[in-house]
Amino acid sequence: MNKKDIFRFDCLHLKSGKTLENIEIAYEVYGEPNADKSNGILLAHAFSGNAHAAKLTENDTAGWWDNMIGPDKAFDTKKYFVICSNVLGGCGGSSGPSSINPKTGKEYALDFPFITIEDMVEAQKKLIDHLGIKKLLCVAGGSMGGMQVLEWIRSHPNDIASAIPISTAAKHSPQQIAFNEVGRQAIMSDIDWNNGNYYQGNEPKTGLSLARMIGHITYMSDKSMETKFSRKLKDNKDVFTFNVGANPEFEVEGYLQYKGDAFVKRFDANSYLYMTKALDYFDVSGKNFTIKTKNKSLKFLVIAFKSDRLYPSYQTEKIARLLKLQGFDATYCEIKSTYGHDSFLLETEDETKLIKSFLRSVEKGGER
Amino acid sequence: MIPLEYEKIASMIKENVSVLDLGCGRGDLLEYLTSTKHINGQGIEIKEEAVFACIEKGLTVFHSDIEKGLDAYPSNSFDYVLMYNSIQEIKNVDTIIKECFRIGKTLIVGFPNFAQISSRKSLLMGYTPITKHLPFTWFNSPNIRFFTIRDFENYARSRGLVIEWSFFFSAKKEIKFLPNLFAYTAIFAISKPQ
Repeated sequence: MNKKDIFRFDCLHLKSGKTLENIEIAYEVYGEPNADKSNGILLAHAFSGNAHAAKLTENDTAGWWDNMIGPDKAFDTKKYFVICSNVLGGCGGSSGPSSINPKTGKEYALDFPFITIEDMVEAQKKLIDHLGIKKLLCVAGGSMGGMQVLEWIRSHPNDIASAIPISTAAKHSPQQIAFNEVGRQAIMSDIDWNNGNYYQGNEPKTGLSLARMIGHITYMSDKSMETKFSRKLKDNKDVFTFNVGANPEFEVEGYLQYKGDAFVKRFDANSYLYMTKALDYFDVSGKNFTIKTKNKSLKFLVIAFKSDRLYPSYQTEKIARLLKLQGFDATYCEIKSTYGHDSFLLETEDETKLIKSFLRSVEKGGER
Repeated sequence: MIPLEYEKIASMIKENVSVLDLGCGRGDLLEYLTSTKHINGQGIEIKEEAVFACIEKGLTVFHSDIEKGLDAYPSNSFDYVLMYNSIQEIKNVDTIIKECFRIGKTLIVGFPNFAQISSRKSLLMGYTPITKHLPFTWFNSPNIRFFTIRDFENYARSRGLVIEWSFFFSAKKEIKFLPNLFAYTAIFAISKPQ
């Protein structure tokens, strides 16, 4: 049965050396665990995602991967027990900078400790243990979710039977760090940010919205922007003006502003800072990606999209190479798409074909 | 219909061997060898549609150009490297074959014979041959190498490689008599001398 819940545990020793206490992890599950709980699939969400990967009931709001999760879909809830949790440091119900610090009774803000992708995965591991799952059938996710998948492969190779990293990288390039830094600077230079202490006053809406607008440019492709907006003008355009908050003139401006405004309503600016740092510091490239397991029957499906300019396919392909060089069974596919980085959320028909067949072969391998 | 070449290759390899198929297409040969000889197979393929077909067959495939993808494989990691109807599309043949022997022990190569009599007739008449096994017109052919059974034997000899076995085929049967004249296709297994 589908449900959402909060998993609470006492403490987590973070990679930074600090300890975080009274942790909450928001999660949702879809489908049923089988008798020996061997049908668990963990989905790791991307940067702006949350635990709500799919509708819990028919009338529920849309999840971020609705087309992929459900009866007969890629992650078939008639066969699999699908789990998705909000990351540690996030703002979708899990402990993060906007949570209440039990020691002060106020929001953590910048007192929240530095979080890494490794810490996010450790929190997920505790949730999986709590659910009584000894070994996941698969862990899958795109973008930042893909990085969590890589960390699962690296740190828990004996606790998974397979993994599907999508549109992701073993480490951020300087270009990716640069995009993130512009986003962070946009937030921190908003006067309302107030060194992270804005929970009692005005949120840094302008900065956070600007950060999101930059993000959205990197999620699309030149081609998808041309198709979607071209140089179309809005009907309600003002007289030519440079007022902040003036009505947008070009369609593409309106889209970015709309996305920025919508994001501010659901995302915490401090979480944006913490999570982008977690992304930038993640590095499982080269020797850091040595997988310590004797289990060579692990299977991997690595997927990239051709028009992705935020995580260019060469980065994702390199992950497949690293796995192959260690003698693992890794399939790599680069899907033609014009949607840019957003493809992994949009090209669900192609992903469904690949993931369905892949999971079937993982199950077969398990019987052998 | 299972091609004669598939059956022959299957008859020549042991059960449970590991096979890397370069240019595996839709994975038909890998699938056949998996079902008949329980091989542990993997493929490299450049065409997206073919990669999808492989994955839907449950095969492990690397979506890559053969000429760029081989460094993703550790040395001595396969019993066999296969190049079935893909060698004629490769630019750096010498380099690729060297790489094949870094990765695998034995290389199995299958290719269309450019010296088959109907091809010779076409050339004599002044046309580029178009046969069942060389079905392309000169302007749309993916093939960039046109060579014969004798050429390949000479090549193997010049590189100090051992021909472990070879078989030749017409459209319907094995050819033993004057293969370079009568065979449409050839398969060779070559290895480095011990």
